[in-house]
Amino acid sequence: MGLKRTGRRVPRIGDGAFFRRTLIGIVLVLVALLILAPLLIIGVEAFSKGWQVYRDTILHPDTRHAIMLTVLAALIAVPVNTAFGVAAAWAITKFDFRGKGFLLVVIEIPFSVSPIVAGVAYLFVYGLQGLFGPTLDAYGIKILFAIPGIVLASMFVTAPFVARELIPLMQAQGRDLEEAATSLGASGWRTFFSVTLPNVKWALLYGVVLCNARVMGEFGAVSVVSGNIRGQTNTLPLHIELLYHDYQAAGAFASASILALLAVFTIIAKVALERQGAGRVRPASNPAENAS
Amino acid sequence: MKIRLDHVVKTFETFRAVKDVSLEIESGELVALLGPSGSGKTTILRMVAGLEFADGGHIYFGDQDATDIPVRDRGVGFVFQHYALFPHMTVAQNIAFGMEVSKVKREKAAIDARVDELLRLVRLEGLGGRFPAQISGGQRQRVALARALAVDPKVLLLDEPFGALDANVRRELRRWLREIHSELGITTLFVTHDQEEALDLADRVVILKDGHIVQEGTPQAVCRDPQSAFVMKFLGDANMISAEVRDGKAYADGAVIDVSGMADGKAELYARPVDLDWAPAGPGIAANVSRVMDRPDGRRVIATTETGAHLELDVEPERAVKAGDIGFVTFRRARVFAV
Repeated sequence: MGLKRTGRRVPRIGDGAFFRRTLIGIVLVLVALLILAPLLIIGVEAFSKGWQVYRDTILHPDTRHAIMLTVLAALIAVPVNTAFGVAAAWAITKFDFRGKGFLLVVIEIPFSVSPIVAGVAYLFVYGLQGLFGPTLDAYGIKILFAIPGIVLASMFVTAPFVARELIPLMQAQGRDLEEAATSLGASGWRTFFSVTLPNVKWALLYGVVLCNARVMGEFGAVSVVSGNIRGQTNTLPLHIELLYHDYQAAGAFASASILALLAVFTIIAKVALERQGAGRVRPASNPAENAS
Repeated sequence: MKIRLDHVVKTFETFRAVKDVSLEIESGELVALLGPSGSGKTTILRMVAGLEFADGGHIYFGDQDATDIPVRDRGVGFVFQHYALFPHMTVAQNIAFGMEVSKVKREKAAIDARVDELLRLVRLEGLGGRFPAQISGGQRQRVALARALAVDPKVLLLDEPFGALDANVRRELRRWLREIHSELGITTLFVTHDQEEALDLADRVVILKDGHIVQEGTPQAVCRDPQSAFVMKFLGDANMISAEVRDGKAYADGAVIDVSGMADGKAELYARPVDLDWAPAGPGIAANVSRVMDRPDGRRVIATTETGAHLELDVEPERAVKAGDIGFVTFRRARVFAV
């Protein structure tokens, strides 16, 4: 029921026009200054020396290699972390076991630890003076300052993304559906693929998209373990930093535009997924509500 | 299929949910597990289903020890309180699911035919293409039942099947479940905390409290002969009056009830509102009427005794009685339990 037209309106917080306009104004100004302006600058600066320079930068072997490396890291880290996230969410929400609370906390760690700390930690574990470094070196296995290190660091940083999307949803869904499927004779795999997965697919894809965005953009952890070897262990974010320090502003911005483009693409995918996810909630209107 | 529980125990963490329960359910019987929340009734049902495993004791299906058979192979049909229909599948796909995942391979046409047959049985012809969100609660529960029946279970288990539905739909589904049970003759065990539901529907009622069985029997037996104060109170409204037993008679606030054979000592006297009557003269408990509530099938009188206790009694619709009247509460019958 709405308020009676003649009745006094109950004043709510921020009901005044002045308050409302000020609040919206502040938000808009901050968005413009903090988010839109830098994005625009990337576009403007990237083409500041003309299309030719932009093209040359992008097609430069070092840039191409950096792009390839970034994509490679994503191609490995995203599927691995997706599998990990699904397994962790499934275990935590559908089973009871000792140390469940501990596992939940451990999964969160990469979110709260600064990526550079993660990088340094990897240095101590796999570095030449580190824990496994000498052993690995003896067998000729190179992890740090090589592709495996980059992939490992990326994986560490993005480990929680998929699990964090799935756990709250799967917790809310409970175990009834799985129990129903098993009582009808379905195997564990069948239950997972026919019942669990279809009910979380949009959250899962959303987690994958976020994970991918973070892998491609990761700087801190990767910069420690990669060694910044141009054309060999430079991912796109590291490459941008290098170009910038070399006073190649246009080159840096051109490379940055690629990363920004990837990000925009990710956002579009995310919005599209959210739309799809919204379609999951079927119309509430129910013509047969009281028929039985 | 006959089900037998033999000294079954279940503990969660430190909480003893089920304590040494033994129970037999005859083939084709419809049995209700009735109890307040926390009495262990759902845990027992889930152990029979194989959704929980017993810590001690055995569960037999016929002569087979089913205690350690996983739910998948146990051949039970389980109906959940909140339906647990697969939301991304249509009604027909939900019903077909059990047949599709079965180790026994079936032709597509055979599955379709069986789905149609089940839709007819649960009177949902024509709704096979709907999604669960597009049908009503009562319809959803009928789909859940059809889905459970599709795999030809040896035993049908229902966990508070009508708990989430409104009163009218509930009564109708109750009648309908009874009909389906007579038609299929499948051994059925259901859990409820609603006494009326248990008494209306079941051949036999098993009453649970704190993880053990306090009484079991036909609805008639448990209603007419409650063995404890708990059962008396749980099955329906009951007045309690403190009493004292001496020489085979119970004395309570001036009323005397014959309880030959009972040991002397403190006791509690229980009487349902229909067991009491209102009279202008004794013998009985002197009281005055504090309130009269009119109902379609009679009048309920709240009488206050001299000790300040409130007694509720039912009288016929024509009885002229009003607040302020002074008289006596008389006993048609009562039950006395030692404390």
